[in-house]
Amino acid sequence: MELQGKNTSELLRGSHHNSGKKERKLALSDKILLSVEKPARYIGGEVNAVMKNPDQVDIRFAMCFPDVYEIGMSHLGLQILYDMFNQREDVYCERVYSPWHDLHKMMKERRIPLFTLETQSPVREMDFLGITIQYEMCYTNILQILDLSQIPLLAAERTEEDPLVIGGGPCAYNPEPLADFFDMFYIGEGETRYDDLLNLYKAHRTEGGSRQEFLRRACHIPGIYVPSLYETAYQEDGTIASFTPKYEDVPPTVKKEVEMDITHTPYPRKPLVPFLKVTQDRAVLEIQRGCIRGCRFCQAGMIYRPTRERDVEMLKECASEMLRASGHEEISLSSLSSSDYSQLSELIDFLMGFKEKGVNISLPSLRIDAFSLDVMGKVQDVRKSSLTFAPEAGSQRLRDVINKGLTEEVILEGAGLAFEGGWQKVKLYFMLGLPTETEEDQREIPRLAEKIARRYYEIPKEQRKGKCQVTISTSFFVPKPFTPFQWAPMYDRDGYLARARIVNEEMKAQLNRKSLKYNWHEADVTVLEGVLARGDRRIGPVLAKAYEKGCLFDSWSESFHNELWMEAFQECGVSIDFYNLRTRSTDEILPWDFIDCGVSKSFLKKEWERAQRGEVTPNCRQQCSGCGAAQFQGGVCYGG
Amino acid sequence: MNIRIKFQKYGAMKFIGHLDVMRFFQKAIRRAGIEIAYSEGFSPHQIMSFAAPLGVGLTSDGEYLDISVNSADFGQEEIHRLNQAMVEGISILGYQKVPDMGKPSMSLVAAADYLVYVKPEYAEEQQAGDGMASIFGDSKILQEKVQAFFERQGEILVTKKSKKSSIEIDLKGLIYKMEALQEPASQESGGRLFLRLCTGSSNNLKPELVLEAFCNFCGVSYDPFLFQIHRLEVYAKADEVPVKGEQARTEYQEYIERMKASYAKEGKPFPEWFPLAEIPYVTR
Repeated sequence: MELQGKNTSELLRGSHHNSGKKERKLALSDKILLSVEKPARYIGGEVNAVMKNPDQVDIRFAMCFPDVYEIGMSHLGLQILYDMFNQREDVYCERVYSPWHDLHKMMKERRIPLFTLETQSPVREMDFLGITIQYEMCYTNILQILDLSQIPLLAAERTEEDPLVIGGGPCAYNPEPLADFFDMFYIGEGETRYDDLLNLYKAHRTEGGSRQEFLRRACHIPGIYVPSLYETAYQEDGTIASFTPKYEDVPPTVKKEVEMDITHTPYPRKPLVPFLKVTQDRAVLEIQRGCIRGCRFCQAGMIYRPTRERDVEMLKECASEMLRASGHEEISLSSLSSSDYSQLSELIDFLMGFKEKGVNISLPSLRIDAFSLDVMGKVQDVRKSSLTFAPEAGSQRLRDVINKGLTEEVILEGAGLAFEGGWQKVKLYFMLGLPTETEEDQREIPRLAEKIARRYYEIPKEQRKGKCQVTISTSFFVPKPFTPFQWAPMYDRDGYLARARIVNEEMKAQLNRKSLKYNWHEADVTVLEGVLARGDRRIGPVLAKAYEKGCLFDSWSESFHNELWMEAFQECGVSIDFYNLRTRSTDEILPWDFIDCGVSKSFLKKEWERAQRGEVTPNCRQQCSGCGAAQFQGGVCYGG
Repeated sequence: MNIRIKFQKYGAMKFIGHLDVMRFFQKAIRRAGIEIAYSEGFSPHQIMSFAAPLGVGLTSDGEYLDISVNSADFGQEEIHRLNQAMVEGISILGYQKVPDMGKPSMSLVAAADYLVYVKPEYAEEQQAGDGMASIFGDSKILQEKVQAFFERQGEILVTKKSKKSSIEIDLKGLIYKMEALQEPASQESGGRLFLRLCTGSSNNLKPELVLEAFCNFCGVSYDPFLFQIHRLEVYAKADEVPVKGEQARTEYQEYIERMKASYAKEGKPFPEWFPLAEIPYVTR
């Protein structure tokens, strides 16, 4: 070996600094990137990001999750669409997330246009801007995306130069509060109709057709809703008098799209691997869609019907490929009520095989029984992890009202098994403000927690390790469209907080209160979420006003400004109480009635009535209740 | 077996902080299928450590990480696979096998070289002759200023502020080398500054601190965004024994003595520093 101190010029040779490699040009200057928190949010270039030459595609699509990068990057749905779009050679799909407050301010001041992560191109130059709408509290972030992109907020003011703005996701099931801001919505699962939409766009452009003409043609694609082609009239009492297409050819109802074969559909086998630690820093396997349970408060349980499973062999293959391509050290399962997946134990056994390669398995919340405790014992540190139960309501009466089939007996049995297996921590999730709820129902919440704690202390002292901890968390119930509770009244802020106080007071009266802990939320967001969830087109101006006043990242408690929202409602002359405090009549035309989600309104009505009588409806595996989703020719009740 | 890997960091990757670079490598190693060793315990982690964290905004040709691998035949094939698992802005430059008794990079780091230049996007300001840019705009002026700052000052006192107190330190002893480069760079026309600074866990001098002191000395305000700081290399002290254990130490010391003797015979100076991946371990 020859050792020689290098002189300076030798050191510089071979330095990258002189090598002239071509680097991707970033949209933001060094000065801006080094002044903001987490510049990695804005530079793209992650592992498995798709790089294409934008000049060699016909359609450029910006796909947006309107929240900060770490949240948006954790969303599976967007990754499925990103992967699916980019499989088309004629399409380049790039990602966009919400700039955090610090960058937002700089972009506004310097009029820097919002850009895509991959090629760092202005969003304004894209053909489409697709926005997934996952929760109501992101609505002002949608306006931020449009504003920073320098696209007119109102669809009506957009020109041929602007991208077509299309929305999707669960909140698109009541798109009306956002109707003014979107050119179109895609109702349902993206796998089925995007090809048709993109093909139509290409053909239409070749023919030289206008934006308006395109929208008129697009409304004939199943699942596509073009809000500008419909008008709403109101009655004197403020309820909707009519909702009608403006032209004869425009379909009066829009039916949701469902992918019935979710085994043979695109799945992102090469997931994006962010540089930052994001919320979901792991490979995610979506094992099934839909849910057989029929909880009456749950929107996902209704709009994603019928239940469809992915084939277990496909999931095993995906798991192996995803772990290899991403290098993730953790994999999780995703679905509603994962315990209902028929091949769960086979899948988990297979995933356990990755443990020796240092891969952790993050389990979804499973029904607590001998099987799940056995699995949990293998993948988690029992002493550190906690058990989760979601009884949702404190009393059996109210659990029957909401059709949550979990009984006190089952909870105590599961908790008992777990305590004997070494667990000491239990988390309980409840909702407050449910329909028909009484003070007695509220007081039952801490009493149930107390029974669980007592079950722990039944274990002989020498066999247990210290105290147990039972944590109660309550959220306030918000009625959602397409659920049996869509007609239910809400309460005002003080009404909610009074409920939380009762629970707190009752908890303090329990014998084992030192083993109990209670967390509850602020009620302001609940009230607002209620208006946005069941609002109509008259909410649009309130959203614009709130954004103008500075509302942004409303789902982040530190940036939620209730007083600004209240001013916005007042200045627009819109009453919150009208939307929240009324019990809607089942005859009323609801803003989302024009959407056919597969589950019929008559079924929802029947369920609403059964709820008020406290009658339980069996789950789909036990017995078909005729919800209507069997029309899609699938689900556990179909043909079986 | 332990492997010391050298990599470079450039382009957009300069915005990725140290902890995220660590996470990036953890996943890259899994993608590349490198048989890395894991720690014991309920949640095992990869045995991996980095030499000297690089600040956000800095680029580098001299980054190092040490890993421990299970297989004895780690070589070019593994390095190739690892390079395939990189992204634009990080590439593997080379590796060195480190004996089992070798100390980790982190504890060996003693100095680092940096190159400082005005970013191309500020070239206009530089020509306009504003503040600091004007000093870097002309390599002759830069050289004069550097001489006045570094060579002619007996001590370079700066105040280092921490949360609780502020202390005065003398940079002079921590700057091993500071010079203006004469040869013109390929792209930008301005002068460039070379720094060799004391680096490591016990005593660490950040290049930004030197630049700030230099700007103050020149009577111009310090704009941290104006400069690109590029790390060239990281070194261990040649007289530090890089292995643990009595036998390994003795062997190494004897080996170095023999090497020194042969250098002396040929009249060549023995280096004062070893780049981290060029430490002359005794191999059998």
